[in-house]
Amino acid sequence: MEFFVISIIKAAVVAVALLTTLAYLQWVERKVIAHIQVRLGPSRVGPHGLLQPLADVIKLITKEDLIPPYVNKFVYLLAPFLAVTMSLISISVIPFGSEIQVFGHTTWMQLADLNIGLLFILAVSSMGVYGIALAGWASNNKYSLLGGLRSSAQMISYELPLSLAIAAPLLLVNTLSLREIVQKQAGSILHWNVLPQIVSFFVFVIAGFAETNRVPFDLPEAENELVAGFHTEYSSMKFAAFFMAEYANMVTITCITAVLFLGGWQPLFPAAWGSNYVPVVLFAAVGAIAIYHGLHPARRRDRLTLPVFGAVFLALAVLFLLPPLQQALIPLFWFGAKVGLLLFVFIWVRGTLPRFRYDQLMGFAWKVLFPVALLNLLVTAFVIAWKS
Amino acid sequence: MDVILFLIFAIIAVVSAVNVVVQTHPISSAISLIGVMASLAVLYLLLGAEFIAMAQIIVYAGAVMVLFVFVIMLLNAGAESKRGRSLMAQLLGMPLLIAFLALASYFIQRLYPTGAVVRFGVFQGGSAQSVGMALFTTYLLPFEVTSVLILIAIVGAVVLARKELP
Repeated sequence: MEFFVISIIKAAVVAVALLTTLAYLQWVERKVIAHIQVRLGPSRVGPHGLLQPLADVIKLITKEDLIPPYVNKFVYLLAPFLAVTMSLISISVIPFGSEIQVFGHTTWMQLADLNIGLLFILAVSSMGVYGIALAGWASNNKYSLLGGLRSSAQMISYELPLSLAIAAPLLLVNTLSLREIVQKQAGSILHWNVLPQIVSFFVFVIAGFAETNRVPFDLPEAENELVAGFHTEYSSMKFAAFFMAEYANMVTITCITAVLFLGGWQPLFPAAWGSNYVPVVLFAAVGAIAIYHGLHPARRRDRLTLPVFGAVFLALAVLFLLPPLQQALIPLFWFGAKVGLLLFVFIWVRGTLPRFRYDQLMGFAWKVLFPVALLNLLVTAFVIAWKS
Repeated sequence: MDVILFLIFAIIAVVSAVNVVVQTHPISSAISLIGVMASLAVLYLLLGAEFIAMAQIIVYAGAVMVLFVFVIMLLNAGAESKRGRSLMAQLLGMPLLIAFLALASYFIQRLYPTGAVVRFGVFQGGSAQSVGMALFTTYLLPFEVTSVLILIAIVGAVVLARKELP
């Protein structure tokens, strides 16, 4: 009984946190892209456009839900449902932090620790292709069909280097459970898998870009060739489902990268060297800078907003000093920092790189990534066999 | 709990399998086949074979069926029209089906007379580690032979698909 109650509470917390992250990830992306392109980005709804995601959600819910007469209705409705379900499920095996104690109950900051955790993620992500492929087919529209075809071909091709890139670090840690993978990398940055497996890391991240259909691999929705690709005929919440699925996939891929290569919730250097004070210093510095600029405002409204943000960050810094909260917050901070950094790289790449041509995309997967990943796996296997 | 889950997913598997044949449109058949594969994976999971369950999803439901769907989409295959059934099928279909089922059940009874009853949660050797150990020690030769066979098939496919150079 206790297990069920704790699991339901944990699932609710993770679901709410994930959905909020997805909504605000979109805000972050628009802001970062805007600043890369020397624009301001969303700035009208709320201070610095912070309420923009809320406005977007209301707009998407209240929009008219069109179903074109020429679609295959069952598959047309099934596709967005499949896409969003498959992308949200994988988060259930990701470990966000170490063991914590809440009101006398000991529990892990993870929904379920499967001993086949990584295989589970691969299985779910391989099912995620159907959402896009079927959406493209059911729309009965040549642009959608082309988008769906491109995405199936692309995701099948890039799944190979992705799986091979996962296999090499697995040889080092000798387990499929995500929690144990993180525990094996305890210590400092020197124990993380990214150092011996740097090749694997880059192959995984590049294949991850392709799996999530992000720039420079966003051929399935290349707007200047295919209108909007597989989701051309979708509107309202069904469009939002695809949108959410893309961002959820992005979060999942970055979480797996952090767990597999960057040591999950483990700090950059041991707690004995004061790694517990890193978040305090960081947040206090951000708070101080915000308050300084609030006192010397560039625009009139900054006089109000920046000190408020500064106070929020200072309060966060104080929270990290409280011993009862530390055990939960510090692992969360390190995990969040790694995932956040990787998500920023995803957005940064979108603002920087142009799109591949289709034949380049396929050639790159089969002629470059696949051999490199295979060679890396072989070398890793030989080194481990030679050492033991 | 296990029995209820088994019944639910067994029914889904059988209904989807029948649906594969009944549907006239290839995409609908393919989706039903995905349903069969996925519910079979759940049955494997109930029997304690978690590695096989995930491999079932990754290989069959994921890779093989995506290729099926891809080819159906690429060829843009339409729905098949129903034609009048032949006299032979109308007359002999049902009796032959019943005869086949009777034969199958007879052999199952003969081969497994007392029927070691399947118990959920008893089998332990389904983890990735034990499957790997079995593959690379006891069944090493069949494993290697299979992989060489697959390699030959891939090379054959590439040779057949290659265009003649001018």
